[in-house]
Amino acid sequence: MSQDTLFDKVWDLHKVSNLPGGSDQIFIGLHLIHEVTSPQAFGALKDKNLKVKFPNRTVATVDHIVPTDNQSRPFKDNLAEQMIETLENNCLQNKIKFFNIGSGNQGIVHVVAPELGLTQPGMTIACGDSHTSTHGAFGAIAFGIGTSQVRDVLATQTIAMNKLKVRQIWCDNKLSNGVYAKDLVLHIINELGVKAGVGFAYEFAGPAIDELSMEERMTICNMSIEGGARCGYINPDENTFNYIKNKLCAPKYEHWDKALLWWKSLKSDENSIYDDVFKLDASKVEPTVTWGITPGQSIGINQQIPLLDDLPPSDQFVAEEAYEYMGFKPGQSIKDIPIDVCFIGSCTNGRISDLRVAAKVIKDKKVSKKVKAFVVPGSEKVASEAKKEGIDKIFKDSGFQWREPGCSMCLAMNSDKLTGNQISASSSNRNFKGRQGSPSGRTLLMSPAMVAAAAINGKVSDVREFINK
Amino acid sequence: MKSEFTSPIGKISQINGECISLIGNDIDTDRIIPARFLKCINFESLGESVFEDDRKTLKGRHPFDLEENKNASILIVNSNFGCGSSREHAPQALMRWGIKAIIGESFADIFYSNCIAIGIPCFTLPKESVQHIQKYNNNKRLFLNIDLKNSLAKSKDANFHLEIKDSSKKMFLSGEWDATSTLLENENLIEKKYNNLPYLKFNTHFL
Ligand code: SF4
Repeated sequence: MSQDTLFDKVWDLHKVSNLPGGSDQIFIGLHLIHEVTSPQAFGALKDKNLKVKFPNRTVATVDHIVPTDNQSRPFKDNLAEQMIETLENNCLQNKIKFFNIGSGNQGIVHVVAPELGLTQPGMTIACGDSHTSTHGAFGAIAFGIGTSQVRDVLATQTIAMNKLKVRQIWCDNKLSNGVYAKDLVLHIINELGVKAGVGFAYEFAGPAIDELSMEERMTICNMSIEGGARCGYINPDENTFNYIKNKLCAPKYEHWDKALLWWKSLKSDENSIYDDVFKLDASKVEPTVTWGITPGQSIGINQQIPLLDDLPPSDQFVAEEAYEYMGFKPGQSIKDIPIDVCFIGSCTNGRISDLRVAAKVIKDKKVSKKVKAFVVPGSEKVASEAKKEGIDKIFKDSGFQWREPGCSMCLAMNSDKLTGNQISASSSNRNFKGRQGSPSGRTLLMSPAMVAAAAINGKVSDVREFINK
Repeated sequence: MKSEFTSPIGKISQINGECISLIGNDIDTDRIIPARFLKCINFESLGESVFEDDRKTLKGRHPFDLEENKNASILIVNSNFGCGSSREHAPQALMRWGIKAIIGESFADIFYSNCIAIGIPCFTLPKESVQHIQKYNNNKRLFLNIDLKNSLAKSKDANFHLEIKDSSKKMFLSGEWDATSTLLENENLIEKKYNNLPYLKFNTHFL
């Protein structure tokens, strides 16, 4: 059993009771909702004749179904329109703050909450979305829940949950030039496997993590769930506090000092006990690309798709499925595989720093004629900042389409989809079969800089060839 | 989709039914229910669309399309079943197709809690036993009686000791797996927690 880690401290602080079944009742400090997983929860609340207990602890935005080309209402897609209307009504009736399209604060829920200063150290945060782990970057304990649990949070501000174990992932040294947080987290998932995190919270620590910006830390925590860990976090530090300072919902004036005092007391103790520790050397990580149908099936840009015999027996089954689905041969290089679509966006890599890095690569270059490329900023704030910096123009000049904020082709609930067996280079987080809207579509996950490089060459490329010149 | 659907309520202690085997590791929630079916404001019609893309690809040969599985209600899966998104639509779709319990090598965390929350017990068995059942089920019908209290699954020829989290087992046996009312019983404690959390004091102006 872990002891004195940040996870233990935050868990204990939020524990309301031991439930008869043996699980804990945990108070949720911040509840985030969106249009996809909340309607049934509000419906169930109504059926049970219950009210939202603390409406001021829930915040809503709309992200999954929004079109990213034409956002005028009503949406062209009736079902999408029905979903946003349902959310609007539920928020209105229950007095829940809703950041709607055009508010200047709408966007992917995991991009929006941090940039508003809602996400803070020491909180418990829940959302009906598996990438809620993102918020752990601030030293919050944040996890995805299902719709029945969304109902429970609305009705009671608590959920029933078994405490997780804690694995520390210690990253030594630092990332080399042209290698980003995305590469590091893909590498970690590859090393540990996609199910190693089941039953665990991941604490990311070490010199390589300390060096990362808050947005890079969010990329790492975001993908904890792809490694099976429902929750990932990083101990808060000066970086964390500076990021939150002056954000719209951040504590102000004398409250700020109190907050800071408390936040500084929040971290894993020097001699805390972990259920497991995993160490790696971050300087050895290369730009990383997935070749298969799980986020764990990745390799460095200069490596070959593994042979069946090179894989542990437990991975062979899915590998065979992946060769067949992807149409790639074992032993084949990942480099130079032709790309049809390039997507920069999502809650993993749709933040301003992601767009800056990709824009730097694409500047004064052109997108290959064979490629359809588009950028979907993670939020309205990201979009407006990008415009201020002229980043939208860099993308447009190069041949990228510039879109309105939303989840878009990360999961293709709007009209942005792959068709047939197209291959995408994508800065998102899941390469599952059919994830990007075509039942035979293929996704290669990589960093935004690598997507930009792929867009220029029309094939999987090593971004270091562009930035080291 | 099969016979009329009724959601489970109250105590769950026995589940009897035919098995349906679905072979594969890391079967994610996008495969169980593709994202386009999440465009809905209730779960009712999801049963027909379970595994839609996989079923289309296999043109009638998918286990969920086979005539002999028409009445099956116990799903047998391999490892890390239900990984990926938190969509409760996935277990909802399985349940509405007719699944009442799942036995597998291992389950993804959020999928597991979603199943428990809607009344689908998930049991684990060692890999060898799962594969043994799947192999048998491949050419013969397999009817299992699951006795939750003793964590036992019995068939005509064999017994299996199932594993299930103690907390989940207790919830099903007592009928308190629908958590809201249990949680609400501690209303006073919830209020107390709310009033004492340090950060709620410095976030007073919050929204
Ligand atoms: S961007 Fe993708 S992963 Fe993130 S919340 Fe939206 S759909 Fe989910």
